[in-house]
Amino acid sequence: MQKQKVIEAISINKYFYSPVKVQVLKDVSFSVNKGEFVSVMGKSGCGKSTLLYVLSTMDTDYEGKLLLNDQLITGQPSHNLSILRNEKIGFVFQFHYLIHEFSVLENVMIPGLKLNKLSREAVEHEAMEKLRIFDMQDHALKKANQLSGGQKQRVSIARALINNPLIIMSDEPTGNLDKKNSDLVFGIFRDLVQEFHQTMLMVTHDAELAEKTDRTIWMEDGRIISHY
Amino acid sequence: MRFALIFEIAKALMLARMKQTMVAAVGVTFSITMFIALLGFMNGLNDLLDGLILNRTPHIRFYNEIKPSEEQPVQFFEELQGYYNIIRSVKPSGARVNIYNNEAIITTLKDDPRVLGVAPKINVQVFFNVGKVDIPGSLNGIDVAEEDRLFAFSDYVVAGDFMELQYTTNSIILGKGAADRIMAEIGDYVQVTTAQGNRLLLKVVGYYQSGLGELDNIQSYVSLGTAQKMIGEGSSFVTDIQVKMHDFILAPKTAKEYSAIFNIQADDIQTVNAQFETGSDIRSMISYAVGITLLVVSGFGIYNILNMMIYEKMDTIAILKAIGFSGMDVQHIFTTIALCIGFVGGLLGLFFGYMVCLGIERIPFETEALPTIKTFPVNFNPKYYMIGAIFSLVTTYFAGFFPSRKASNIDPVEIIRGK
Repeated sequence: MQKQKVIEAISINKYFYSPVKVQVLKDVSFSVNKGEFVSVMGKSGCGKSTLLYVLSTMDTDYEGKLLLNDQLITGQPSHNLSILRNEKIGFVFQFHYLIHEFSVLENVMIPGLKLNKLSREAVEHEAMEKLRIFDMQDHALKKANQLSGGQKQRVSIARALINNPLIIMSDEPTGNLDKKNSDLVFGIFRDLVQEFHQTMLMVTHDAELAEKTDRTIWMEDGRIISHY
Repeated sequence: MRFALIFEIAKALMLARMKQTMVAAVGVTFSITMFIALLGFMNGLNDLLDGLILNRTPHIRFYNEIKPSEEQPVQFFEELQGYYNIIRSVKPSGARVNIYNNEAIITTLKDDPRVLGVAPKINVQVFFNVGKVDIPGSLNGIDVAEEDRLFAFSDYVVAGDFMELQYTTNSIILGKGAADRIMAEIGDYVQVTTAQGNRLLLKVVGYYQSGLGELDNIQSYVSLGTAQKMIGEGSSFVTDIQVKMHDFILAPKTAKEYSAIFNIQADDIQTVNAQFETGSDIRSMISYAVGITLLVVSGFGIYNILNMMIYEKMDTIAILKAIGFSGMDVQHIFTTIALCIGFVGGLLGLFFGYMVCLGIERIPFETEALPTIKTFPVNFNPKYYMIGAIFSLVTTYFAGFFPSRKASNIDPVEIIRGK
């Protein structure tokens, strides 16, 4: 059976212009199938994060084609991309990027409210369910800045999940955490893939973590050098 | 739902920087307060000064002007038609100052729906005989009740009861200046001589003070009947017909219309008192200018505070964009913040402005020239409050516009990578 491609990059080239023109991505092509846990590995400065932001649709300044769920998204207006990001892509960043003015629960709810498909009560219920997966339900009413780093990261994963996205992208999700928390977060990722068949794309420089994923893409100097 | 979310985020951001938000709102409150107080006070004064003249001036005045006849007999001589007829040294005819058929004119005017009321008047030139000296004066014979209803006559009668003029025969209300000069107390009798030579004793029943010294020195009032008696005319004799309109804007048009119908002279208030309008306009222009300046300054305050907020909340903006908020949504969030500051600040400003106006209205302000005024005048026209409300929203919107647009253009990748 042909596996469904969730995201596909076709010969992506990207340049940085200041101070001089540098090519940071060189003819990068790969795809991620549904339910797969893929990691992108490489040394710092190899372009892996840049690649992630191109895939995330936030960075639109590149050459090549990007397909999400077999739909071409290169060249779409930014308003459509926003809607797409909201609905189809979940993000987990190295720095937790919760909105400190809101409670944990509200942070998880915001993308759901933005999507505006369910009533507020339904979104709240969903958000509670997601928090329960990570055993964070007791902290739901705390402000985001009252949590520890590991807790914050779990909340941001819950937030990424709220709209049941096609794919979750994460940029060094454990980079800012100690060993214990980082194992915890990685464990959550594994569980999500195995139990919920969530598609995952993770950028990391930690070879140990990368080894535990289904497939690792190695990058060096803007190119994919190995793929297994 | 969509807006509710944007509003919720805006609210959270404002609460997070409560102090700054409040400072911005206080700026708006202060400027709107000053705006309302200034306009209320300025326009109160304007109304007072205009009222000094305009309330007492009929909107239209009908009278027969003493002037040379425009149609000289030679023009009716058929054989000389088509020639240049030059007549030198034309004198005014002994024209009748009485308005011909005035009762019919008054009835017609009273039936006109545009007209609020009509008051006839007789102007008599007299001398007050005080010992050996004759002091010139001008007597107005008035219909007391109508004069009071239309031109607030009683407001300017500072001593005595103005209705005495009607109830007591041969009575007079003296101008305050004139009374001081002839040293007549209320209850005294003064002797007057008319230009025609009739002499009459009149009982002083009150003083009249308009606030315009020149007027008070010569103007005095008697009843219509007394005036007619003084000049030896019947009860149909009237020299002026004063008209008050519902809307005085219509005065010039109406004046022209009736002037043609009745074939008499008609002056409208706009033509006679053009300079008062100009003065008021300039005064309100100054108050608007000051008010708007204050608002613009507070607008810069909002601009600064929003800019700071955006720098501080870069992370929040980046994350909002990453989870699917478009640039437009972000712009709406910050515009909402600006408008909330404008709305709350403006609302408080209107309230405090109203309070300040109430305060000003209580400050005693007594002057010889203005007998009816005891405190500073303030205008509470809701128009100024509307303008204040609209201005506060418009300026805050523009103050918020550029920072919000900057926020909408923030590139989330740069922020997220930049750490």
